[in-house]
Amino acid sequence: MSHASTYKPSTGIEKWLDKRLPIIRMSADFMDFPTPKNLNYWWTFGGILAVCLVIQIITGVVLAMHYTPHVDMAFNSVEHIMRDVNYGWLLRYIHSNGASMFFLAVYIHMFRGLYYGSYKEPREVVWMLGVVIFLLMMATAFMGYVLPWGQMSYWGATVITNLFSAIPLVGDDIRTLLWGGFSVDNPTLNRFFSLHYLLPFAIFGVVALHIWAFHTSGNNNPSGVEIKDVKKDAVPFHPYYTVKDGFAIVVFLILFAAFVFFNPNGLGHADNYIEANPLSTPAHIVPEWYFLPFYAMLRAITFDIGPIPAKLGGVITMFSSILVLFVLPWLDTSKVRSMRYRPVARMWFVLFVVAAVALGYLGGKPAEGTYVMLAQIATAYYFAFFLIILPLLGILETPKPLPRSIAESVLPKASKPETSAAPGAPAAAE
Amino acid sequence: MKRMFTARTLMIALFAAFAGHSAALAAGGGAKHPEHQHWHFSGVFGTYDQNALQRGYQVYETVCSNCHSLNLVAFRNLGQKGGPFYLAECPEGVADSIDCSNPNDNPIVKALAAKYKYQVTDGPDDTGEMFQREALPADRIPPPYANEQLARMANNNALPPDLSLITKARKAGPDYVYSLITGYEDPPPTVNLAPGQHYNPYFEGDMTAVMKPEYLHQGHPVDGVEVPPGGTLAMAPPLADGIIEYGDGSPQTVEQYAKDVVEFLMWAAEPKMEARKALGVMTIIYLIILACILYWSYRKIWEHLKK
Amino acid sequence: MTTSDVSQSGDASETGEPTRRDFIHIFAAATAAAGAGAVLWPLVHQMNPDASVLALSTKDVDLSAVPVGQAIKVMWQGKPVFIRHRTEEEINEAEAVPLSALKDDSARNANLPGGEEATDDARVTAADGEARPEWLIVVGVCTHLGCIPLGTSAGENRGDYDGWFCPCHGSHYDLAGRIRKGPAPENLPIPPLEFLSDTVVKIG
Repeated sequence: MSHASTYKPSTGIEKWLDKRLPIIRMSADFMDFPTPKNLNYWWTFGGILAVCLVIQIITGVVLAMHYTPHVDMAFNSVEHIMRDVNYGWLLRYIHSNGASMFFLAVYIHMFRGLYYGSYKEPREVVWMLGVVIFLLMMATAFMGYVLPWGQMSYWGATVITNLFSAIPLVGDDIRTLLWGGFSVDNPTLNRFFSLHYLLPFAIFGVVALHIWAFHTSGNNNPSGVEIKDVKKDAVPFHPYYTVKDGFAIVVFLILFAAFVFFNPNGLGHADNYIEANPLSTPAHIVPEWYFLPFYAMLRAITFDIGPIPAKLGGVITMFSSILVLFVLPWLDTSKVRSMRYRPVARMWFVLFVVAAVALGYLGGKPAEGTYVMLAQIATAYYFAFFLIILPLLGILETPKPLPRSIAESVLPKASKPETSAAPGAPAAAE
Repeated sequence: MKRMFTARTLMIALFAAFAGHSAALAAGGGAKHPEHQHWHFSGVFGTYDQNALQRGYQVYETVCSNCHSLNLVAFRNLGQKGGPFYLAECPEGVADSIDCSNPNDNPIVKALAAKYKYQVTDGPDDTGEMFQREALPADRIPPPYANEQLARMANNNALPPDLSLITKARKAGPDYVYSLITGYEDPPPTVNLAPGQHYNPYFEGDMTAVMKPEYLHQGHPVDGVEVPPGGTLAMAPPLADGIIEYGDGSPQTVEQYAKDVVEFLMWAAEPKMEARKALGVMTIIYLIILACILYWSYRKIWEHLKK
Repeated sequence: MTTSDVSQSGDASETGEPTRRDFIHIFAAATAAAGAGAVLWPLVHQMNPDASVLALSTKDVDLSAVPVGQAIKVMWQGKPVFIRHRTEEEINEAEAVPLSALKDDSARNANLPGGEEATDDARVTAADGEARPEWLIVVGVCTHLGCIPLGTSAGENRGDYDGWFCPCHGSHYDLAGRIRKGPAPENLPIPPLEFLSDTVVKIG
């Protein structure tokens, strides 16, 4: 950790342990970490995400005690959990809605990072680790959705694994390797279960790196100005942000509970309550809502791009939409981090959010007519935002004057009207 | 400034395109939207009506079970808390040693299982043969057909779906099932149904395939003719007024039968709904209280920084 | 997550730092802890037997197929239950055993209130209090370390006392399922039994 340790072991046992395993020192330094005093509620989503991960791991481990990863029994074992296992319905609904809540929180977390320039020097590694976590989350969620072995599980798995067959030369072999057979079948279900159990622990590890990285660089903050004077600009993480995060987590849990208890299937698809049937494809195969923007991009490429056939083009586009995030720190040429002080960039950012939401909407619609055209426009904008707009804006745009320090940015007399506006709020775009 | 306007113009254009597009799509065909019904179980405080569940079971047992299985439901489920035949206390004349709230000892459930119209196939016995026996509370409700092939053979090659999850496996499930079983209509004059097929405007399908050739041109309806909504299915209208005798004086109409059996099927699909909602109310009240306390604590801690 | 311990936050002490005595912080932490505690119950309770397991906790057995002098094994709650249709001589032999010869003199019969002596009568009493000496029904799990004793099927080693013999560590049970020799500490337990008719018994 970057700040000087203030921990002083007081008892004999603490001194003894501190020389051998300074775990108390590490925890104390963690709690004491100097955190910018101006973090707004958008910053609480880091803590919310940690809670989501823990909830998913705990409920997942418990569900695995009752689940059977076999094509003949998987569907019924999930229903056995729902009907017979003590509190099984609760655990399963928490787990299935927890995935949605996890993605909701991670998208807000990512948009926050985009708006406030949290990916910019010296936090490139923090950001890239975040993208790795996001990729792992997507893989975990996809494989988890296959496990109940409903119609959407089966056909979703079929469609997504077939993407790999678009890869030239080795595509078919890769697909066969993923399947462990010649279609999605029992071997596929078994390996997905194994990996679905494994990957969350990998996420846990990368999350630790992610936290380590921003404890080295220090937190970004809404002003985008670094801490200059710890006494004036920062407060210790505990109790200031433990209590603020705690409050936000509980508010988030209210939303979570509303879904679990009062609309547990609202975010799911009715077809997944029909057992998988390899002989009958549902009329519309749609992924869970959190994959819809990427699904829309996949389907937006309906034309060959030079030598690249449309199918491969769609796959490349979809994967590139995430890969582009890895190079984002070097695409954005602006010296200013926070879009609070970048009025023009803020406009384009709002449009980016609109495009992302539009892609989510379009991903759930049939791939026909105007829907495809709109998805193509939104996809084009998605890439243009990263590859053209952000690089150019850094050069062309004149940012507003930055506050000299975090302390100054929060003083009422120094603040401009914009500084108190929330990111992404329509008012901020004006 | 110029760039800002560009972005705004783009946004407006995008919204406009969306709005225009949705309006254009609304004119399309497809199945009729299920009619919204008021259900005893809907809403935050909605519960199952035990009398309706009992009547609904009667409708299932008399009518639906002739073709449709209910594979995920065991007889004991009927007697569990929240189920149609749950007994908090034993009725008169049952031995003291029996705990009727235990679904496995519930006398009504035992009787229903023992005299159920189908028996359970068990075995093999000591001679290696499968045999039929009376159902026990622990048994799942026996299906009308031993396997899919038999079911198809008996139903004009159509497979009657299992009903255990039907109200969750269809969009707007309860409304859909109700609309489907009460919504049969005479086929429109533009279509020609194969024998054994029935027209239902709520059934997901494509009626273009059964339209009379004179109304079609290259697979599309000719000008002035619309594709009727819905589809055709092998299930004949299953209910008729008065075919089931209710013991509690409820009206013996198709609508009442349909409402009751949907309530029963909703229970079959989501038997823990009442426990879920009750726990949900408690949980949310707790979380709101905790949020208030935490907010107070948060303000207290941050108070002096704001000075 | 909301503990009120702020004493270690070194800075800002000049401006009325909140103290650990502030009731609201303790209250917040306690409320959160209570909620966390309540969440533990579903996580633990899910490991208890589920409804489908509980539904199978009793079993009806038709005894008419067991000829005199033979024994059968049936599964009950995932364990074997031995049912021996004893001959006149076997009953006499079991009844003749003096209590002093037993390692464990407790009846271990779930159908009795407890504390009875392990007479042959007490070992064959069902829930209705009636002894049926021709039917000996015991849970077939060795009370030593849970192996399944031999002696039920024809031709198996029935041990030194004509009952059952556990091959794992050499425990010998007699014709009333009582431990006579070897490391096992207790008699084979009698499960709850209810004779629904002369030939059908409900176990559990």
